[in-house]
Amino acid sequence: MVEKVNLKDKILISYGTGGKYTQEFINNYVLKHFKSKILSELLDSAVLNFEMDSKIAFTTDSYTVSPIFFPGGDIGKLSICGTINDLLCVGAIPKYISVSLIIEEGLEFEVIDKILSSIEEVANEENVEIVTGDTKVVEKGSCDKVFITTAGIGVVNKNICLHYNRISPGDVVIISGNIAEHGLAVLLSRGGFGFDCKIQSDCSSLKPMLEQLFNKEISSHIKFMRDPTRGGISAVLNEVVHKRKDVSIEIEEELVPLSGSVKNLCELLSFDPLNIANEGKVVIIVDKNFAEETVKVLRQHPLGKNARIIGEVTTENKGRVILKTTYGTKRIVDMPIAEELPRIC
Amino acid sequence: MLYDIIQSFRDTNIVKKELEVITYVAKDIKRDVFIMEVCGTHTMQISKFGLRKLLPKNIKLISGPGCPVCVTPIEYVDKAIYIVRNYNVILATFGDLFRVPGSESSLEKEKSDGKDVRIVYSPEEIIALSKESQDKDIVFLSIGFETTMPGIAAVAKEIKDNGINNVYFLLGNKFFLPALEVLILHSRSYILSNINTTSSIDGFILPGHLSSIIGEKSYLWISKKYNLPGVITGFEPLDILRGIRMILEMIIVNKPEIKNEYTRVVTYEGNIDAKKFILEVFTFKSSKWRGIGVVPDSGVEFKEGYKQYDAEVKFDIPKINNISEFTGCRCNDVLIGKITPFECALFATVCTPENPKGACMVSQEGACAAYYKYERDDV
Repeated sequence: MVEKVNLKDKILISYGTGGKYTQEFINNYVLKHFKSKILSELLDSAVLNFEMDSKIAFTTDSYTVSPIFFPGGDIGKLSICGTINDLLCVGAIPKYISVSLIIEEGLEFEVIDKILSSIEEVANEENVEIVTGDTKVVEKGSCDKVFITTAGIGVVNKNICLHYNRISPGDVVIISGNIAEHGLAVLLSRGGFGFDCKIQSDCSSLKPMLEQLFNKEISSHIKFMRDPTRGGISAVLNEVVHKRKDVSIEIEEELVPLSGSVKNLCELLSFDPLNIANEGKVVIIVDKNFAEETVKVLRQHPLGKNARIIGEVTTENKGRVILKTTYGTKRIVDMPIAEELPRIC
Repeated sequence: MLYDIIQSFRDTNIVKKELEVITYVAKDIKRDVFIMEVCGTHTMQISKFGLRKLLPKNIKLISGPGCPVCVTPIEYVDKAIYIVRNYNVILATFGDLFRVPGSESSLEKEKSDGKDVRIVYSPEEIIALSKESQDKDIVFLSIGFETTMPGIAAVAKEIKDNGINNVYFLLGNKFFLPALEVLILHSRSYILSNINTTSSIDGFILPGHLSSIIGEKSYLWISKKYNLPGVITGFEPLDILRGIRMILEMIIVNKPEIKNEYTRVVTYEGNIDAKKFILEVFTFKSSKWRGIGVVPDSGVEFKEGYKQYDAEVKFDIPKINNISEFTGCRCNDVLIGKITPFECALFATVCTPENPKGACMVSQEGACAAYYKYERDDV
């Protein structure tokens, strides 16, 4: 009989060996948080039911973040929200999620418990089910505390068809709110800057906001959606013009929504907020005749209160993303090369 | 609060008014005017805000050597890599140097190879690092102009006063003014090829941050000895345009002087304490500038009493011969404003920020990097 673990205990390598310790971990930790009939069967695969005539969306993502707890979230919340948002961005309503953990030996159970609670909380709120998963424990130093891989399955809304190919000149680009908050929150929580500036990560599930949009007639006029995570808005818009070399995207500097503290910090560190990660925002490209209404629907939800039109699809500089500055001049917005590093000297 | 202040220097209406004045004055000058910005942050801002395109056609902005990373020779990065490969040390660096290629590796690559390379945001951090890592020596990659020198000198003093014995500095700092003079001499002998004229530099937009340390008076020789106007300028679009307007006004009345636009930060004397700090710890020596060559009295070495903290004294680093620049690279012409980045055949073809071949592309504030990032197409 394996002793029931105490939250203060540390995770030993034995918890990943597939024997009694693993059983103990799954029964007392995982199943405590993830109450799913399908999961509780503990079969080799989850067996799922779907309406036969719907398209299914399937996605996966791995999460590593340092520190694992940051203002506005933690790696658990990040992993489930990220997968939910990826499904939503192809017009799918998320249904089932898998969660796999790679844990560094010696991590406190308490930490894992908190992370699992965060996942549980989002799953309950968003009505998605954790149906399968896996746990491995690796030697100290082989990973940084915990890595999480989530995969998700969703049912695509029949009213919606999102694809690069649908984008045409004249379409309008919308962002659902203030940008660059996640990337800066994580950077600041690593410490070392010697100044006090509080920025919360925007880490959140877009489901309640986007579900409202999907239920409206206008959603059929949405051409493309993507959540601007790593690489920020710059990366998302550059990906579009890379796939669609026959168009350009022009955004206006003045229109890009930024909070005061994000502006300040970006000035200080010489960062371009367009390149910084978001975890609770979506870029939407929509037919211009339905743009205002799309913004209105987004704004009805607190997550979208700062939603606005930031630019349009044009043909003037094909294959490029262009920013119109406050002075009416134009410049290139490039694909970010690597993570932004503060400029000091 | 900070942003509100910044915003007032970006006000579109005031900027437009300033531009009207510039256009008016420029018309009167009736020839091409070449104004060089010698600070990388100015270069970036000019490109980022598209200021070049707002100016009248006869006002040409050219970029000088103002980025400390760009002018740091490849050998410096090689030395740092040699140390971290051969000694059990923590290499502490500003993020600016992290991705800069040496002759066959970079700090980023060394880190991925398991070497202990840490990015620090301020020199102060190495004190904490030295306490955490008693069993390892810390080597700080000390680069930057007079702007970063006082902070580094203060840390060196603190290390000495507290008897900390596991911190070393790989000194690559540079004094800016000796290089500026070399630049003026160079420019006099060059014909600027970019716009079919025989004019040389007509005036300088002088650095903001650096001047907050060295003060307005450090530049007076520029107008006295070389008859050139210069304006110490802040970094917002309005600052830069005002700086340009002030230079043009001096040109039109033919009365070159050194003026200060950035009075909210820079004083006539500069930061006396900071300058004292620098001279307490460092002394001058000649130093190699990438693209420019060896400039007398432009480098630093520790004074007596601090020499034991010099990484080149502590570690046995083999002599690294001068490394030649990539064939075809015209950074030395770009750095002195002889050509614009667009005129280098490698620009945006072989040489890109992902795969930089020359000094001006390696750092995000280098002239080529700024032109590439924001202006490589005429948009």
